Amino acid sequence: MSKEKNWKEISLAAVPSKSSVSFLTGDWKTYMPNHALEKCVKCLTCAILCPEGAIRFNPEHGQVEFNFSFCKGCGICANECPAKAIAMKIPEEEE
Amino acid sequence: MSTQEWKFTAKDIIAKPDLFLPGHRACAGCGPATVLRLILKATRGPTIVTQATGCMEIVGSIYPYTSWALPWIHTAFENAAANASGIEAALKIMRKKGKIKDEHVDVIALAGDGGTYDIGLQALSGAVERGHDFLFILYDNEGYMNTGIQRSSSTPIGASTTTSPAGTAIPGKLEKKKPITEIMLAHDLEYAATATPYYWKDLITKVRKGLEVKGPAFLHVFAPCPRGWRSEPSKTMEYSKLAVESCVFPIWEAINGKRQLSTPSKVISLAPQKKKPVKAYLEGQGRFRHLFTPKNTHIVDEIQQATDERWQKLLQQCTSTNP
Repeated sequence: MSKEKNWKEISLAAVPSKSSVSFLTGDWKTYMPNHALEKCVKCLTCAILCPEGAIRFNPEHGQVEFNFSFCKGCGICANECPAKAIAMKIPEEEE
Repeated sequence: MSTQEWKFTAKDIIAKPDLFLPGHRACAGCGPATVLRLILKATRGPTIVTQATGCMEIVGSIYPYTSWALPWIHTAFENAAANASGIEAALKIMRKKGKIKDEHVDVIALAGDGGTYDIGLQALSGAVERGHDFLFILYDNEGYMNTGIQRSSSTPIGASTTTSPAGTAIPGKLEKKKPITEIMLAHDLEYAATATPYYWKDLITKVRKGLEVKGPAFLHVFAPCPRGWRSEPSKTMEYSKLAVESCVFPIWEAINGKRQLSTPSKVISLAPQKKKPVKAYLEGQGRFRHLFTPKNTHIVDEIQQATDERWQKLLQQCTSTNP
């Protein structure tokens, strides 16, 4: 049996050490946002209101990009989009 | 307090890296998660966050993962504000002894409505009375959603929760929502405000104003919870907008006790025809579903009347302090 630690040896608190970025929540979703690039007015409302931070603006391509590794498919982006450029769809099963 | 106005543009906000990282385990469509992301976009330098137990503490720190990209301390339900005062005092003495760099560090205390309205109120009142320099942010999802949707003193009248279930005995919660911001204003705060995430620019500006204040500041953020409100996840932000438009949750700020309405609410005060009936806000939320049955329709009228009275009172308070 290992020796019990005294109170000075026990760490002060539990310290979560891993960044949650390595925990992908993208597989939670039922609906998938379908982004019509030609309708997008780049107002960035979707990127601001997304609870996950899964929507980014890519200055290189000048486009709004979705990170499906984290998107939970809530549909806030589709609901708030002023240009109605985002539609929520059930992704088709891959053969 | 400086009267400088901050211009947070959508581009600036998106360009600033997230400090509340993705991969947190909040429900799809979580209102408070958006609130946290936006709050941390307003930080201006070194910041320490302390958070009371609640939904957002759980989802952001499931061991061994953390969603916080800045120093963050979890504390018990009761003492988010007490912890913030401790942090602020420790920073002061460490700076004095030369143990840390001589620079300002912002302290933010975060708590849900349980950790503010009910359990954390004494610690908050004490910390504000002692005048510690911190910003207390309340994200109000109107119930103890994390433990299974129990009523809190923030739950509005008529809402069905697991401890105030609507049925034959009672039509949902019978008691009114506690006016927390009024209680905090009675402490002679330099800055107190209410905000909702839909009006994100307003929210971020208010967070920054609260951080700039030398002394305690209080911010009440309305954060719809699709799970607890039994509403559509995609409608989260719509409800935070409807709450303002129906004057259920008007947004305003009080600087040194002088109240003024923020733009979205001001628009409604100037153009009363734009005010929506509370029915528009209540509809679609499962927690208010029973109010639309024939025997309960009088409760909707009562809620409308109470909302109108509160709105008129707020308008009077705004004009009486700003002649």
